[in-house]
Amino acid sequence: MYKGKATIINELGLHARPASTFVKISSKFFSDINLVCNGQEGIAKSILSVMALNACKGDIIEISAEGEDAQAAVEALVSHIEEGCGE
Amino acid sequence: MITGIAASDGFAIGVAVQLIKKEIIVDTKTAQSIPIELKVLETSVIAAIKQLNKIYEKTRIDLGEEEANVFESHLMMLEDPEFIGLIKKNIEENNHQAPYAIELAKDFYVQLFETLDNEYMRARSADIKDVANRLMRISLGEESDTLIFPEHSIIIAHDLTPSDTAQLDKKKVIGFITEVGSKTSHSAIMARSMGIPAILGVSEVCKQLKNGTKIIMDGDTGNIYPNPDDPLLTDYSKKIVLYNESIKALSIYKDITLEYTSGRPLTVAGNIGSPDDLDLLIEQGAQGVGLFRTEFLFMGRNSMPSEDEQYNVYKQVAETMSDANVVIRTLDIGGDKVIPYITMPKEDNPFLGLRALRLCFHEHVLFKTQLRALLRASVYGSIHIMFPMIGSIDELHQAKSILEECKVELQQEGIPFDNKTPIGMMIEIPAAAISAKEFAKEVDFFSIGTNDLIQYTLAVDRMNPHVANLYNPFHPAIISLIKTTIQAAHDAGIWCGMCGEMASDTEAISLLTQLELDEFSVTGSQILKTKEHLLKQECVKSIPNNVTI
Repeated sequence: MYKGKATIINELGLHARPASTFVKISSKFFSDINLVCNGQEGIAKSILSVMALNACKGDIIEISAEGEDAQAAVEALVSHIEEGCGE
Repeated sequence: MITGIAASDGFAIGVAVQLIKKEIIVDTKTAQSIPIELKVLETSVIAAIKQLNKIYEKTRIDLGEEEANVFESHLMMLEDPEFIGLIKKNIEENNHQAPYAIELAKDFYVQLFETLDNEYMRARSADIKDVANRLMRISLGEESDTLIFPEHSIIIAHDLTPSDTAQLDKKKVIGFITEVGSKTSHSAIMARSMGIPAILGVSEVCKQLKNGTKIIMDGDTGNIYPNPDDPLLTDYSKKIVLYNESIKALSIYKDITLEYTSGRPLTVAGNIGSPDDLDLLIEQGAQGVGLFRTEFLFMGRNSMPSEDEQYNVYKQVAETMSDANVVIRTLDIGGDKVIPYITMPKEDNPFLGLRALRLCFHEHVLFKTQLRALLRASVYGSIHIMFPMIGSIDELHQAKSILEECKVELQQEGIPFDNKTPIGMMIEIPAAAISAKEFAKEVDFFSIGTNDLIQYTLAVDRMNPHVANLYNPFHPAIISLIKTTIQAAHDAGIWCGMCGEMASDTEAISLLTQLELDEFSVTGSQILKTKEHLLKQECVKSIPNNVTI
């Protein structure tokens, strides 16, 4: 199990576009990746689950991964969020 | 007078057309066989993905990447393991039939999203409904409707989903009025892209504005005037004229032919992904087709397109463009896409692998079929054949020799073709740009594919958010390669065009005109703007005679 945290910096939060890129990246990894944000749980590979987190600017998202590439997965997702999800 | 939320500018005087959708009737009875329902779900998802891919492409070509992205998110929902997992669970654990299982999953997620305290997220519940409804209709075996619109249609509906707007006849629809929605709604976004007014959140409007009612829409104030009197009609007619004039300021460029002050001709052409794109090109005054991407013929089907099928498409485009050049690029596809009838090897890096021309050399029959179809169509217009992704002179020789084989065969079969069909190549692999001088001796034209040239030269995947900022069309190395390519072409007496995005980049125009790029080939909606910017350059002037298509 590997864990990490990141703060959302996007103006509109994790809305459709950044959520898409987030899910695309998590889907590349083999590990199971779970999210927690504002007390809500989510699955990183599910676009609906990620959007339903309603993660807004300033919110902290906790990412935990279980599997052979858990560390790489968490690190990739944390940097992605910290860099504004490509926006 | 009725009022709503002004969600897109503009004015319209037209006729109300109600968009009534057939209700989805779902059977809630227990399923007879779980494996059957699971299979129905599986095939429905595949069919929905296929439909959405088509709509995504159509919207991307009609309106651009931005607008098409909503369908990308629909596609992602169909791949969402939680969403599909919930549907499967409804089938397996509760014995529901597929359509009902989908509806229950839809309700679950719609409810979840509607309770979020974020307006934008709440609006996404409409997307969930749209995708789920599409899936449900497919699982029920429904055909998708084709709707017919009168001129000056103003669409009246409860709501307009991305799927609804994708099927609209954009030439006939001049406004949207919906009962629900706001400035962030899909219908608002779509109306703005189409440049038509939209007034949303007009409750009960479907009851108030029956089919055929004459309406004035004021997209600035959000006011709707049903059955307007003459003074009002005159007033708004004037407003429309003024508004259109501002738009028209651009359209004066349509019939203008440009050339360099040095006397070298200068062409502004259009890129197309299918014959459907031609209308926009002609409307915008394109002087030819600078890039006809043929991939659409090969995708979304289970078997190879036949020679006749391809021939008919190429013939249609050639005839429509009559004397104007039509540059057709041979199949440029690779392992990143799924083509059921071609066995593609499993590749770690399909973008540097067996794709485009390399794939065509491997799939001899496929390549020759396309070349034969192109040659046969060449008698109907001014077709130019262009090979993608060439890196070495051997590849060019090989392609040309296969083309020769096709010519000999057609000759023996007594089938006519234009033996003088010009042959050209994309300059996108850096090696080709660097050795442009050698290549220029052996082709009739170049077309610079800047998108890939930049990616290969700077080793950047521009879709990768971590490095996208390194994708720089103005990097000195890129400029140098472009210079070398254009110079080599001119020294050898051939023309050089550009079909990549850089051709429509207004910041690049100054540089490209100084290098006397012979042809700028851009997407349909950019043609007028490109001409406008070209004319601003000192080395470019307009000439009196028109090139009519």
